Amino acid sequence: MILLELFWSFFQIGLFSIGGGYAALPLIQQQAVDLHGWLTMTQFTDIMTIAEMTPGPIAINSATFVGIQTAGLPGAVIATLGCIFPSCVIVLCLSYIYRKYKNLSVLQGILGGLRPAVTAMIASAAVTMVIMAFYGQRTLPADPGAIDPVAVVIFAAGLLVLQLKNVDPIKVMACAGAAGALIYMVI
Amino acid sequence: MEKGLYKKLFLSTFQLSACTFGGGFVIIPLMRRKFVRELHWISEQEMMDITAIAQSSPGAIAVNASVMTGYQIAGFPGAMIAVLGTVLPPLLIISVISFFYRQFRDSLIVSLVMRGMLAGVAAVVCDVVINMLRSICSQKRIFPILMFVLAFAAVRFFGVNIILIILVCGLFGALDRKIQDKEAKA
Repeated sequence: MILLELFWSFFQIGLFSIGGGYAALPLIQQQAVDLHGWLTMTQFTDIMTIAEMTPGPIAINSATFVGIQTAGLPGAVIATLGCIFPSCVIVLCLSYIYRKYKNLSVLQGILGGLRPAVTAMIASAAVTMVIMAFYGQRTLPADPGAIDPVAVVIFAAGLLVLQLKNVDPIKVMACAGAAGALIYMVI
Repeated sequence: MEKGLYKKLFLSTFQLSACTFGGGFVIIPLMRRKFVRELHWISEQEMMDITAIAQSSPGAIAVNASVMTGYQIAGFPGAMIAVLGTVLPPLLIISVISFFYRQFRDSLIVSLVMRGMLAGVAAVVCDVVINMLRSICSQKRIFPILMFVLAFAAVRFFGVNIILIILVCGLFGALDRKIQDKEAKA
């Protein structure tokens, strides 16, 4: 029964979150905290922190966490399956249409229109991430002087090598993590 | 040969997913590097289309992008294998961490690494945005640039529903194309 509930809850989360992980957060809170009481609010905040610290989509991370907490490993697998089921079906259909009609003028037009929209969404997320990295919070603080200079240097160096040397982004993230640990440890 | 392809697809998506920190779309530059530049399994144009569709569809972007990339490379089985590779790393990692997540969260060294990594991830995402903007500007047309500016303002400052933005932009894109086709014919 609990497995069915987990599947159905995360099915809805997967179906109604459009535009990336942060769109899923209120839905996860509604399902896991408010509706079913699977998590306390503190646990929910904990997961958000953990999800940011570990790789993978936030929705999958929280599905696994909620599943484990409520029904062990089977719960984690079922919740994850529920979460990815809607995207699998919808994107498979879109993939099929894309492959069949990708040379159609109208489809190319739609995709051409989506490109600036998608760029705008990612750009907006990028702004939030830069603020988060520089100030440790999601919105600009009242005092812009409270900036973290180490983060600014790591960010600038990372962007520079990505743009000029075309290095592997994985290496940039790994080096940034290592550099951060070293520098913050010393100062 | 087929078997080797599936194995390579699984290992690639598994590895990329294990490195996707800071939100799903970080997987996009990783996929571009692996599947477009290194393995030449999909074209640059297809990758841009995959990005647009993955971001506009419901669900986790990394999962959407994997489904579509897998399908492009090896049809339905490819899509399933790519999803499995993408979902397993977070499933395994969180399953393990959930037993001692308080210690993990409060660990000084982990939080210091994360602070540095956050700046690195921000740089990766900004790099993606710059490259996408460059590709939009390279068309040398005012329409897509204007759409970007309006969509950005709508998302960032006015909190307009993303679904609405996707629908409107898709519609405008189709209309724009129709007008272009007509002009080309005339």
